[in-house]
Amino acid sequence: MPLLQVENLRTFFHTRNGVVRAVNGVSFAIQKGETLGIVGESGSGKSVTGYSMLGLIPQPPGRIESGRALFDGVDLLSCSKKELQKIRGKRISMIFQDPMTSLNPYLRIVDQLIEPLLIHDRTDRNVALEMAVQMLKHVGIQDADTRIQCYPHEFSGGMRQRVMIAMALITRPDLLIADEPTTALDVTVQAQILELIKKMQDELGMAVILISHDLGVVSGFCDRVLVMYAGQIMESAGTDDLFYRPLHPYNQALQKSRPALQTKGAELYTIRGLPPDLSKTIAGCPFAPRCEHANDECGRSETGLREIEPLHHTACVRVQKGNLKLG
Amino acid sequence: MNEAFLQLQNLKTHFPVERGMIFRRRIGTVKAVDGVSLALAKGEILGLVGESGCGKSTLGRSVLRLIPPTEGTVLLAGRNLTQLSSHELREARAGFQMIFQDPYASLNPRMTVSDALAEAMLAHRTIPASELPARVSALLERVGLSPRCLKKYPHEFSGGQRQRIAIARALAVEPRLIIADEPVSALDVSIQSQIINLLFKLSREMGLTMIFISHDLSVVKHISDRIAVMYLGKIVELGPAADVFGHPLHPYTQALVSAVPLPDPRRERQRRRILLPGDPPSPMNPPGGCPFHPRCPHAIGKCSQVVPAFETLAPNHEAACIRLKDIN
Repeated sequence: MPLLQVENLRTFFHTRNGVVRAVNGVSFAIQKGETLGIVGESGSGKSVTGYSMLGLIPQPPGRIESGRALFDGVDLLSCSKKELQKIRGKRISMIFQDPMTSLNPYLRIVDQLIEPLLIHDRTDRNVALEMAVQMLKHVGIQDADTRIQCYPHEFSGGMRQRVMIAMALITRPDLLIADEPTTALDVTVQAQILELIKKMQDELGMAVILISHDLGVVSGFCDRVLVMYAGQIMESAGTDDLFYRPLHPYNQALQKSRPALQTKGAELYTIRGLPPDLSKTIAGCPFAPRCEHANDECGRSETGLREIEPLHHTACVRVQKGNLKLG
Repeated sequence: MNEAFLQLQNLKTHFPVERGMIFRRRIGTVKAVDGVSLALAKGEILGLVGESGCGKSTLGRSVLRLIPPTEGTVLLAGRNLTQLSSHELREARAGFQMIFQDPYASLNPRMTVSDALAEAMLAHRTIPASELPARVSALLERVGLSPRCLKKYPHEFSGGQRQRIAIARALAVEPRLIIADEPVSALDVSIQSQIINLLFKLSREMGLTMIFISHDLSVVKHISDRIAVMYLGKIVELGPAADVFGHPLHPYTQALVSAVPLPDPRRERQRRRILLPGDPPSPMNPPGGCPFHPRCPHAIGKCSQVVPAFETLAPNHEAACIRLKDIN
C-alpha cells in the first residue's frame, strides 16, 4: 500500500474574476521512502497540490471540490481538523520556499524548534531542548548550543533554510513536502541544502515530495517525476524515462528550452505563446494551443493520464493513440 | 583592447554603515564593489555572474552612476562618466539604459504602454507629434509585441510581455550601452528563452554593448561573449564564455559551475560536486588576502595574506588566484 495516495484532487479558487481551476483532477501515489518530484511553471498548480493535502489552502476563496488523499488509511481531505493536526507537523512535514517568512521573527529559534515536540509528543522541555540542539548540529549549524538562542534575522538565508529543515524533521516524519526549498538560495548554497535533505532522508527513511520549477534540481534528486501544466498532470515517469524518453510534447519542449544543455550561440528553443488563463474552461488538452504537434482532435478530446509504457503515464491523446512519436 | 568602448578602471563603490538615531556614527564600510577593472569592446556582451551580495548589481548601477562610485573611473567611448556634472550626465544618459529584474515594479501601473514608451522617447529629443505613434508602434514590433497593445496598461500583460515592454522602453532612446540586471530571473523557463533570444538578436542588430548580470551561469553562458565572475566585490575570473563555463580556472568558479543543476539525470549522478562550506562572508568584514580563502578547498596559509593578482593560463582567460598553476 502506498504511503500517500491522492485521487482526483481538484482545488478551485472562487474569485471575483471567475473560478480559477488551480488543480484539476490530479492523481498520484508515493511509496515509503520514495522521492517524488513535481515540476511545472508558475501557475501550474504544483504548490497548490501540496498545500491542499495539508489543509493549508485559505478557504474561502479556495475550495477543494473533490478528491481523496489517503495517508495511512486516513483521508486528509475529509478528516476532522483534530485528526489532521495530529498528522500535520508530526508525520507529514513541510518546508517552504522562503525561510524568512515561514519562521516567526519574534520567537527565538529554540522555541520554534521544540514546539512540534511539545505539542505532538508532550516531550519534557529539557529533553526537547537536548533533541533540538542535536538536530541543529545534524543539519550543519555550528555552535548549535549558543546559536539556538538566536532570532531568525541573525541567520543567513541558507542557515535559515537549515533551521526550517531541522524544524520539519525533528518529529521524524514519514513524509516531507518540500516546496521550492532552494529557489531563494544561491547555487552553491542550493547544492548544500539538497545534499542535506538527501542525507536526512537516508537516515530517517522518509519519503520526500520535492516541488520545483527547475528540471535540473529534480533530475539529480528524484526517483520519479510528475510534470504539471495548467492544473493537470501531463506526464509521470521514473526520472530517467522522463528525461530520456519523453512521452508528452510539453515535457519535451520544457526540456528543450533549458539553456543549460543547448549549444552556445544557437538560438534558444522556445515554446510559443503563453500558459492558458485558468479562469476559463479549457476544452481538450490545455497545452494544445502551444503544442507543435497538436491537431484538431487535441482541442476536443477528453484528456487523462494513461500508462503507455510500464510506470510511464502520459496525458497526450496523440501519443496514447500511437500516432505521435516524440524523437 | 585599444578601442575599448566601455572601460572601468579600479572602480570602487563603498557604502558607509552607520548606527544611532541622532548622533550617527560610522561603524563600518560595505565594500560592495572593490577595485573592478574591465574593458568592453563595442558590440560585446559581457556576462557578470556571482551570488547574491557579491556586488554585481551595485557594479552595474555604479557604471551608469545610478549609485555614485566612491573611486575609479568609467570611460564610455572615451568620456569619463564619473566626472560629469548632473546636467551633462542627464544628457549622456541617452547613451546608456538599464533593464531591471522585476518588470512588475519597473513599469508605472498608471501609464499605458504607448505613454511609457513615448515618455522615454521624448525625454532626450524632440520628435514631431505626428511621427510619434508610428515610432512607438515600430518599437513595440521590434520587441515582438503587437501594436494593438499600445493602449493597454502593464497589469494586462504577463511577466514575459512586461519584460518586453521594459526592453522596448530602454531601446526608445537608442542607447549604445545596456545594462541588464537579472532580466530573466523572475520569468518561467519557457519564457526565459524567449527573452534571451530577443536580447541577443537586438544587441547584434543594433550593435549594442551589453552587460548582462545574472546569478544563473547557464543563462549567462548562452548570451555572453565573455563572462566575468564576481565574489565579494572583486572580479575573480574573466574569460570567453565557453572557456569559463567549460574549463573554469578559479576554485570559486569551479564550485559554481559544478553546483549548477543539469536537467540530465545520468550526468547528475556521475558528476562530482564541489560542495563549498559555509556562506559567503559579509562584505562589511571581508577576509584578508584572497576573499575566497575561508571557503576554498585549495587554500594554503599564504592565501590569507596575499591579495591575488590576475594570472593567465589560456589566451584571454585570467583568474585571480595565487595557486592557479598548482590546481589546474
